[in-house]
Amino acid sequence: MPKDGGIGASSKRREDLRFLTGRGKYTDDINLQNQTHAYFVRSDVAHGTINSIDTSAAEAMPGVLRVFTAKDFEAVGGIPCGWQITDRHGEVMQEPKHPVLAEGKVRHVGDPIAVVVAETQAQARDAGEALDIDITELPAVIDMRDALKDGATKVHDDLTSNLCYDWGFVEENRDAVDEAIKGAHHVTTLELTNNRLVANPMEPRVAVGDYDFSTDEHTLYTTSQNPHVIRLLMGAFVLGIPEHKLRVVAPDVGGGFGTKIFHYAEEAFCTFAAKEIGRPVKWTSSRSEAFMSDAHGRDHVTKIELALDKDGNFLALRTDTLANMGAYLSTFAPSVPTWLHGTLMAGNYKTPLIYVNVKAVFTNTVPVDAYRGAGRPEATFQLERVVDKAAREMGIDPVELRRKNFITEFPYATPVAVEYDTGDYHATMDKLLEMSDHAGFDTRAAESKKNGKLRGFGISHYIEACGIAPSNLVGQLGARAGLYESATVRVNATGSISVMTGSHSHGQGHETSFAQVVADMIGIDESQIDIVHGDTAKTPMGMGTYGSRSIAVGGSAMVKATEKIINKAKKIAAHLLEASDADIELKDGAFSVAGTDKSVAWGDVTLAAYVPHNYPLEDIEPGLEETAFYDPANFTYPSGGYGCEVEVDPETGKVTVLGFYAADDFGNIVNPMIVEGQVHGGLAQGIGQALLENCAYDAEGQILSGSYMDYAMPRADDLPMFNVDHSCITPCTHNPLGVKGCGEAGAIGSPPALVNAVIDALQRGGHDVTHIDMPLSPDRVWAAMNG
Amino acid sequence: MELQGHRDIDASPAEVWIALLDADVLKACVPGCQEMTGSAEEGFEAVVVQKVGPVKATFKGAVQITDMVPEKSCTISGEGKGGPAGFAKGGADVTLSPNEDGGTRLSYEVQAKVGGKLAQLGSRIIDGFAKKMADQFFERFQTALEGEAEEPDAPPEEKKKGWLKRLVS
Repeated sequence: MPKDGGIGASSKRREDLRFLTGRGKYTDDINLQNQTHAYFVRSDVAHGTINSIDTSAAEAMPGVLRVFTAKDFEAVGGIPCGWQITDRHGEVMQEPKHPVLAEGKVRHVGDPIAVVVAETQAQARDAGEALDIDITELPAVIDMRDALKDGATKVHDDLTSNLCYDWGFVEENRDAVDEAIKGAHHVTTLELTNNRLVANPMEPRVAVGDYDFSTDEHTLYTTSQNPHVIRLLMGAFVLGIPEHKLRVVAPDVGGGFGTKIFHYAEEAFCTFAAKEIGRPVKWTSSRSEAFMSDAHGRDHVTKIELALDKDGNFLALRTDTLANMGAYLSTFAPSVPTWLHGTLMAGNYKTPLIYVNVKAVFTNTVPVDAYRGAGRPEATFQLERVVDKAAREMGIDPVELRRKNFITEFPYATPVAVEYDTGDYHATMDKLLEMSDHAGFDTRAAESKKNGKLRGFGISHYIEACGIAPSNLVGQLGARAGLYESATVRVNATGSISVMTGSHSHGQGHETSFAQVVADMIGIDESQIDIVHGDTAKTPMGMGTYGSRSIAVGGSAMVKATEKIINKAKKIAAHLLEASDADIELKDGAFSVAGTDKSVAWGDVTLAAYVPHNYPLEDIEPGLEETAFYDPANFTYPSGGYGCEVEVDPETGKVTVLGFYAADDFGNIVNPMIVEGQVHGGLAQGIGQALLENCAYDAEGQILSGSYMDYAMPRADDLPMFNVDHSCITPCTHNPLGVKGCGEAGAIGSPPALVNAVIDALQRGGHDVTHIDMPLSPDRVWAAMNG
Repeated sequence: MELQGHRDIDASPAEVWIALLDADVLKACVPGCQEMTGSAEEGFEAVVVQKVGPVKATFKGAVQITDMVPEKSCTISGEGKGGPAGFAKGGADVTLSPNEDGGTRLSYEVQAKVGGKLAQLGSRIIDGFAKKMADQFFERFQTALEGEAEEPDAPPEEKKKGWLKRLVS
């Protein structure tokens, strides 16, 4: 029986009432009295020297209040990077300055040069167009391989080269891996590109800065996944505003997918300019602007080699990756191809020796950072593609080759420094084969053949790491932030509860699922609980939402705080019931004395806490409010088997996705409906990457797919009905809910399954095709089939 | 993008050469040209209004004529800034050679590049656009020299001269 409330219930998303009726309150809905508007003038060349900026014509235009350029920001810091990588030679990465507005040089199309602040958006824009900016275009480096050549144009003159870092992991394994590959019975090699993506959340970025002269307080309203992180980075590193004078609010946010984690120049600008102008300053990104100013995702070029013995046992794995950083280091960019990627290269397999090399490269392109999955999709794509290729080369069934190498004993310490606590990969593989009617594939393939189509089935079996932690470890790895989460549970006098969480919801449904957890623990109705998030003035210092960490880390903090509440409430109940608190039990919203019929209701206990007439004041304080910070002992490790069935039209190369099957192990589930929705969204993005999306640059650094005319977003008719399952459960062993996280899995597991399916279809059709780079557009598939 | 082509013009290389270097001719022939001032030696200043796919913009820019070999060849290069629309730049290597019938074969190789919003929104259609621009330019140029296409049965002496040819002959 499905539950109708609490943990495990598919409670309807309470936030959808306002979202679906147009009553959500997004940053762009915030309009402050006396507000002004900012328009960013951006570089239209990829690399150039700024000779002069003549602001006089623009300043004389109607409504213009002020034109800002780099010289207005001489006294403030640059946009900081939140992660420092130490390379394989023990050197720290090259870290260029990232000014708020371009200083002397522009380094990518979209690099902000000047900002006009005017009375209206149209006036600011008109004046921006009247700015006379003289730029001498310089040669640009776009291709990572070119950028690393001797004598290549440097993106930053003050760096020694375009190499940000050369990371080896685990460096001590390097020689042993080389040896193992040299002597192996079989080595499968694959060179591939993980295509550059633009996140494209439905809501573009917006920032509104405000300054109150009476209190000397700054407020920034922004489209962020982590308002406290923005407050810390912008206050401490850019503008020098102490935290008690800086409030950051991230209200309803319409999708983030990673690209709204980072601290952006526009946020610092609006906060800074509001004080300078003495009025609120608002900036709203256009969709065109988003393509050239939101951090992009992926963009790796990799060579991967898998060594096997004659029976198909994996012996060693070696990868060489070039990772595009773009022109500047976005907030968490250096961590994505390293600690979020190299640590996942074991996958589900007991490969004993692994070595990962990553060279991060500066190019004259938009900065690249985390995008749904962040490093883990790149790792999974390489691994699940090379395993599939190895199976085909060795004539072993891809399912059997995976099963032969699955890790089966837990905890399992991988050769890439992480320890999987739990998992059951055979169970998710079994579930996948059952869901997808794998046994009936040949019949379906024959049917397709009759219709002149090629049918294929592809598998991917992924591992991911969520809830990045613990803080002391990530600090050693170069993180310049902690990775705990916080929660304050405030019980009101009549028993209703406000939970202030450091997590941030921008589509994940926390307001519903977090309430379910607290309701379940206390035994009261979910409607009695409100989840408050997204405002540094209301919530305790928290790290926000990314990396599928919310329920595993934020949820755990909330459980810890609620446990403190329950412990205190039991003491109050014991007093009211004249019993020992050790004998008090909480069930269904009532405290009772074990073995008796004496009980007191939740609301009576909470009332006593705030109206402490009959209260043990000498032993416990009045009130019922507790805060907890939770720092996880380990990552969580969701895993799953994904299957994709496709049909390829040999005449046109068009791929049709007929079925997609996801058997995930997310540990315990709080709200199955929300989990299913998260997987659906992830699958749409993963299939989008594999089939449609590509951010293309030309050789001069112009963005060629910079609008929805050329950047193909997945649409409903590109996707099949998804078949998803999460009944395989191995609970996480180190968090109180036993949860693992589900936000990114769909985007991580799906691209290799789709590509494997297309390769399967082509090979069954007699085509000697072993790889096609994503996106698998009809053009690329047809070209691969026709040599 | 790059494209090349040629046109056979019913005028002598000397006449074609003069026309090619004339600000008024260029103004009349460059599609969307609003203003064209200057000279072949000093360079021209031009204002051109054009629509590339979804982007309509006024381009202000300079046109230079270099590598001039009178009546034989030259390179025409230009760069226009379209403000928020981005920029367009390009060049044409033009070669003139006499035809047997006394006319001139004008051969051209054109390169064009765009940046900013033009590239972001219009890259897919830029090749077609550049070809259209080049075709229109040389079509108008030919018309300017030869006149409107004559009636097929009109006697040769009644053939309308192009306005430029009337001017120079």
